[in-house]
Amino acid sequence: MCRRLLLVLLGLLLAGPTLAADYAPLSGGRFASVLPADGKAAPASLKPFHLRTEPVTNAEFLAFVRRHPEWRRDRVPPVFADGRYLSQWAGPDALPRQPVTRVSWFAAQAYCESEHARLPTWYEWEYAAAADATRADARSDPTWRERVLAWYARPSNEALPTIGGAPDLHGVRDLNGLVWEWVDDFNALMVSSDSREQDGADKLGFCGAGALGMEQKENYATLMRVAMLSSLEATDTTTNLGFRCARSD
Amino acid sequence: MSRTLSTVLAAASMLALAACSGKQVADAALPPAAHATPAPLPPTPDFGPPQGAPIHAVLTSPPNVPPPIHRNYPAKVIVELEVVEKEMPISEGVSYTYWTFGGTVPGSFIRVRQGDTVEFHLKNSPTSKMPHNIDLHGVTGPGGGAASSFTAPGHESQFTFKALNQGIYVYHCATAPVGMHIANGMYGLILVEPPEGMPKVDHEYYVMQGDFYTTGKYREKGHQPFDMDKAIDERPTYVLFNGREGALTGDKALAAKVGETVRLFVGNGGPNLVSSFHVIGEIFDTVRQEGGTVEQHNVQTTLIPAGGAAMVEFRTQVPGSYVLVDHSIFRAFNKGAMAILKVDGPENKMVYSGKEVDSVYLGDRAEPNLHAVATAAKANAAGTLSKDEQIAAGKQLFTGTCSVCHQANGEGLPGVFPPLANSSLVAQLAKEDKTRLISIPLHGLTGKVNVNGKAYDSVMPPMTQLTDDEVANLLTYVLNSWGNPGGQVTKEEVAKVRAQPAPAPGAEH
Repeated sequence: MCRRLLLVLLGLLLAGPTLAADYAPLSGGRFASVLPADGKAAPASLKPFHLRTEPVTNAEFLAFVRRHPEWRRDRVPPVFADGRYLSQWAGPDALPRQPVTRVSWFAAQAYCESEHARLPTWYEWEYAAAADATRADARSDPTWRERVLAWYARPSNEALPTIGGAPDLHGVRDLNGLVWEWVDDFNALMVSSDSREQDGADKLGFCGAGALGMEQKENYATLMRVAMLSSLEATDTTTNLGFRCARSD
Repeated sequence: MSRTLSTVLAAASMLALAACSGKQVADAALPPAAHATPAPLPPTPDFGPPQGAPIHAVLTSPPNVPPPIHRNYPAKVIVELEVVEKEMPISEGVSYTYWTFGGTVPGSFIRVRQGDTVEFHLKNSPTSKMPHNIDLHGVTGPGGGAASSFTAPGHESQFTFKALNQGIYVYHCATAPVGMHIANGMYGLILVEPPEGMPKVDHEYYVMQGDFYTTGKYREKGHQPFDMDKAIDERPTYVLFNGREGALTGDKALAAKVGETVRLFVGNGGPNLVSSFHVIGEIFDTVRQEGGTVEQHNVQTTLIPAGGAAMVEFRTQVPGSYVLVDHSIFRAFNKGAMAILKVDGPENKMVYSGKEVDSVYLGDRAEPNLHAVATAAKANAAGTLSKDEQIAAGKQLFTGTCSVCHQANGEGLPGVFPPLANSSLVAQLAKEDKTRLISIPLHGLTGKVNVNGKAYDSVMPPMTQLTDDEVANLLTYVLNSWGNPGGQVTKEEVAKVRAQPAPAPGAEH
């Protein structure tokens, strides 16, 4: 059954055009993150980088697994991925052009290396996701925020959509509204497990929660992503968590 | 003096305790120190270590409550609660993506015994998008468990606490942004029963209020996303019992029989509003306000804070539908905060008679609005009715009955309602066929008619609610108004026409 499905997926992969992944250049610079660089207000500073225009798909990840069988579902060591790793491939719903999900941070990192790339940092990801079709930073526009929030409000008991959202100013697609995405430094975002600890002993532990004050309420859409990433371990895989890769210039 | 008083108090409390233990409070597991502690504020005993085999807690979906605990020792109780994010109807034709504890809003009801050691397993469904945690107000410890239960999708957290204090407690999610997690339905109740249990009642139900914030208006159809701005402004779109409009009405109403005792565990998840909880037509015999141990009696409306709960008890006396509301009453009638308790059984006329008299009370309406009508009726009865009195009465009746369609000036609405002012049809009938004229208000008029050169084709229903003299007055008014030819209609003429069968429709020409 699993083998047959793999073959089906593979067949679809071979039938479709197999293009090398596209990377778009982003200029970087100073950027006001929801997680200030000094924990208070300092903007983040970003070097120019390239970002994959689309999340990695099932078909692409399958091709990777075939080249690197140590990342097969039945071979991956449990220290690198939990029991749910790629388990959607055993069912009837996995489509080649869907973003791959249920991949651990380790697996995502290994995939990116195979493209001579790496996972983006949180600042890189957040900077890229701030764009809309015409502006590099559209976050002050309620429309931008509503698009992000609309995805949160959509239940995830249905099949994932395939990739192919409209490209933004940088030519990058699907940053918001499709899946969560791993970032390289997901475990350094420092959101407290109890978001209400605003004045606990561990000052570093609450900066994400602290930013949820009224003056920053517009940022809560992004902070929910931070909260999600903070809840993860590197071996974790979830139904809505995929990734894309980045390259330093 | 104060020393004497405290000695007296201590003695009194010993007596009270002795009286209690007479009715089987005696609890083998209770350390004797607990009984010896002086009133009024005994330190909370810790009830000793859990005994016996671990017990899996029975969780129930609202409005059901798990059965009472008949256990006389503290145990280790295992609670397994799953967080599920799912789309459900919030109102007829309106859906909302709820985040739930156990798949329902409010979340599963948890019932443990004071002194139990609770091993809590919080599972976050693999299909969840968000990480979640749980803060139980019944937990003594930092964050009420929140810090120990932050759980990614597809994961499970475990922590253990001892239920030190009895009472009814809210639990909720405390993940950022907390308000949004609560607004999406992440709250429920945990009952910590006292060691001696609770007085037996016939029904226990679980009701919890919450406020909801959607981008669309109240009852706007389709899928409605959460609206953070409305939530911050505390302007809810819905205020609901048990998470959806109609969750406890119709077939799903709470039920009891006459003469039964009902205990409601009523929580308020918020996130914002405080509830003025009231049951229309009932008086709460007993309320444990804020879920505390002090009993209040004979309460009409009890305040339930956001993040708080109460236990209310009453005995049903009279059959009928009792409406549970938040008596901040626009929330009940315009935002959905209504539920029904249906009580079946025999009437009790000694307590409540039902309607004994239904008679007309005109009050101020007779003066001056329908004054002329009353005058005409009196004159009619006395046989002294004049044409002018008829016209005056007819004018007031016309305003109430006819002007909606024919307009106050008698000109009708072009193409829809034919004019009565300067009407060719009125003139023709007054001259040629008075019976036909009288028949129109009595039997209605359906089909094509030609008035002042224009064709009309609509339906006028029979005005059977009017009496003979009212019809006579109305027609006399019309005949003597707006350039119509004049004349008079008597109630005898009307009575004669009313006795005849209605003419065939469309026979006007």
